[in-house]
Amino acid sequence: MPVKSLDELRKIREDQIKKVKLRETGESDDQTIEILVGMATCGIAAGSREVLNELITQISTKGIEHIKVVQVGCMGYCHSEPTVQVNMPGHEPTIYGNVDRNFVGEILDKHIQNGEILDDHVLIKTYHSAL
Amino acid sequence: MTTQRTHIMVCGGTGCVSAESLQIVELFKEKLSGVGYADEVAVIKTGCFGFCGQGPIVKIHPDNVFYVKVTLDDVEEIVNEHIIKGRTVGRLLYKEPETQKPLPKHDEMSFYKKQYRIALRNCGLINPEDINEYIAFGGYEALGKAVTEYTPERVIDIVKASGLRGRGGGGFPTGLKWELTRKPVADQKYVICNADEGDPGAFMDRSILEGDPHSVLEAMAIAGYAIGASEGIIYIRAEYPLAIKRLETAIGQAKEYGLLGKQIFGSSFNFDISIKLGAGAFVCGEETALIHSVEGNRGEPTKKPPYPSIEGYNGKPTNVNNVETFANVPPILIKGAEWFSSIGTEKSKGTKVFALAGKVNNVGLVEVPMGTTLREIIYDIGGGIIGGRAFKAVQTGGPSGGVITVADLDTPIDYESLKSIGSMMGSGGMIVMDEDDCMVNIAKFYLEFTQDESCGKCTPCRLGTKRMYEILDRITQGEGTMADIDKLRTLGKSIKDSALCGLGQTAPNPVLSTLEYFYDEYLAHIKEKRCPAGSCKALAKYKVIEEKCIGCTACARVCPVNCISGAPKQKHVIDEAACIACGACFTACKFQAILRP
Repeated sequence: MPVKSLDELRKIREDQIKKVKLRETGESDDQTIEILVGMATCGIAAGSREVLNELITQISTKGIEHIKVVQVGCMGYCHSEPTVQVNMPGHEPTIYGNVDRNFVGEILDKHIQNGEILDDHVLIKTYHSAL
Repeated sequence: MTTQRTHIMVCGGTGCVSAESLQIVELFKEKLSGVGYADEVAVIKTGCFGFCGQGPIVKIHPDNVFYVKVTLDDVEEIVNEHIIKGRTVGRLLYKEPETQKPLPKHDEMSFYKKQYRIALRNCGLINPEDINEYIAFGGYEALGKAVTEYTPERVIDIVKASGLRGRGGGGFPTGLKWELTRKPVADQKYVICNADEGDPGAFMDRSILEGDPHSVLEAMAIAGYAIGASEGIIYIRAEYPLAIKRLETAIGQAKEYGLLGKQIFGSSFNFDISIKLGAGAFVCGEETALIHSVEGNRGEPTKKPPYPSIEGYNGKPTNVNNVETFANVPPILIKGAEWFSSIGTEKSKGTKVFALAGKVNNVGLVEVPMGTTLREIIYDIGGGIIGGRAFKAVQTGGPSGGVITVADLDTPIDYESLKSIGSMMGSGGMIVMDEDDCMVNIAKFYLEFTQDESCGKCTPCRLGTKRMYEILDRITQGEGTMADIDKLRTLGKSIKDSALCGLGQTAPNPVLSTLEYFYDEYLAHIKEKRCPAGSCKALAKYKVIEEKCIGCTACARVCPVNCISGAPKQKHVIDEAACIACGACFTACKFQAILRP
């Protein structure tokens, strides 16, 4: 299918960028939001892999920019797995526990998009004080 | 699910491919489907990361973890630990040579910290065999903009204003070259990409073609639009099979997308690209010789003028640019001439890719802004000299260049500064030498190369380089005389003045430059019959240091010609007449009792 105009090329790019966006280009700035998912044995057993995949899918469908989802090892809250840590640039990290697929949407809509911290699931609000 | 959460990038450049990286890709795919992760994790074969000394390289996104020297045996552990459990495999991380501190992220490594990648921007980032990934990172936008929004004159003005100069060595302003080729009226004009990378040790053009072939195709089409050509030819040496294969794939995909062919982006501009394989003769990097070779004639240079911009391929105006030059063009059109000219020095804009080789810790491909000093490249990026030995010289510009000594390490590198210290930019080969390298021998190596590669058309180059080589050979055999030095100087000067093309005109440079900076080494070879670096076999004399020898017999046992005598627990002696100076005894001795010449 021949590309007949610059707009058509840009349309292809918009489709394709979704597939490769997670790669660090060297031009990414410090404004990227990081979501860390605990993927140790305890996390996986509690369903963290489903949570991780749900995050990836929803971020893609909602078209959220400047965000990356990284899997990490055990965060030490094995009693409340799956755990998800949200690092917003310029804010203290927040750790959520007992995250399930339904709660993923709330993290993205309320916390990421609106900066609202979801107290029900918070394990730690800052690194200085555990609840 | 369409989007994967993790991309495993495996280097697919020639260096890593020779270390089984393609098998690593397959094994990753196999192991991932074995554990049921094939849908979530993509394995992508990408272009050269530049850190060839540490290959095969595997980079994991978005975690941004950089694994080095990965083997087939490591794949399962990476899958089980990193992919499934989110735990970084510590033993595969790169360790800084000085601190031995493992670093997971590549932007923390001093090898990458001072680099600025324009020509290599997509190498290691995209799959070179997928045009969609090139487009995703902004590919073909520059071509689209050029043919739909700019006039050819405007394109030339932008390239001129950017200050881009030829990266193949000469440093001729690219925009000016395009303008000169645009001017003459002709029914057909040509764009040729010079991919005949011939300098020993230089491999940036190959890496760009292997890692990001579309950037060169796109730039050639832009050049075609600017000068008014509808045909492009890539002249590439047949000994680059992987680059050729990826170029063919890329050309096929670009044609399918209508980005090459007729009426590109709906405009009236047509452009097609074909590949011409060269036999790998060094002289064919010279543009007139290259054009003759493309025409099917002997690869011999002809006198300029007429310049190819007036009378080139098939007698038509032809614009020849090198691969790295082309790779810089699309970003210039997207980000603007001002952005490009803000990088670099007054007369040399942008960046330059260097192939760092020889006695440095971090061997590989580095791209730095013009004006970076040699010290930064060798010590910060290159991680210093292997084994902490003393730096002696760095050779730049390949067989056309010269040596640079410690006195000039802080010179900011650009076309002019390198020339003023007796070397040249060349295509960017940079060979670092330490105290064990004999400078006479180095000069001999380059002359052996040039006299072998001389096409034979003009006498100064054909005979002159041969004679220079013979004289150097004599000196390294310990049979040189002081008159030889004068002969080298006279010959060198007359070859420079009278040879037909760049090959001959620059061939004496390695000799003249070592004569200037390392005259004492020549003297030692001639007067004392001694090679100070100990690398000229004919002059090397090994000795046993009596006080240190404990008579362990280790040296005598490894000597291939049995010229070391001595009973166990007695001092040993080397028979210098029989010694072939292989150095085996030096390596075998655990007590530093062998004196190396």
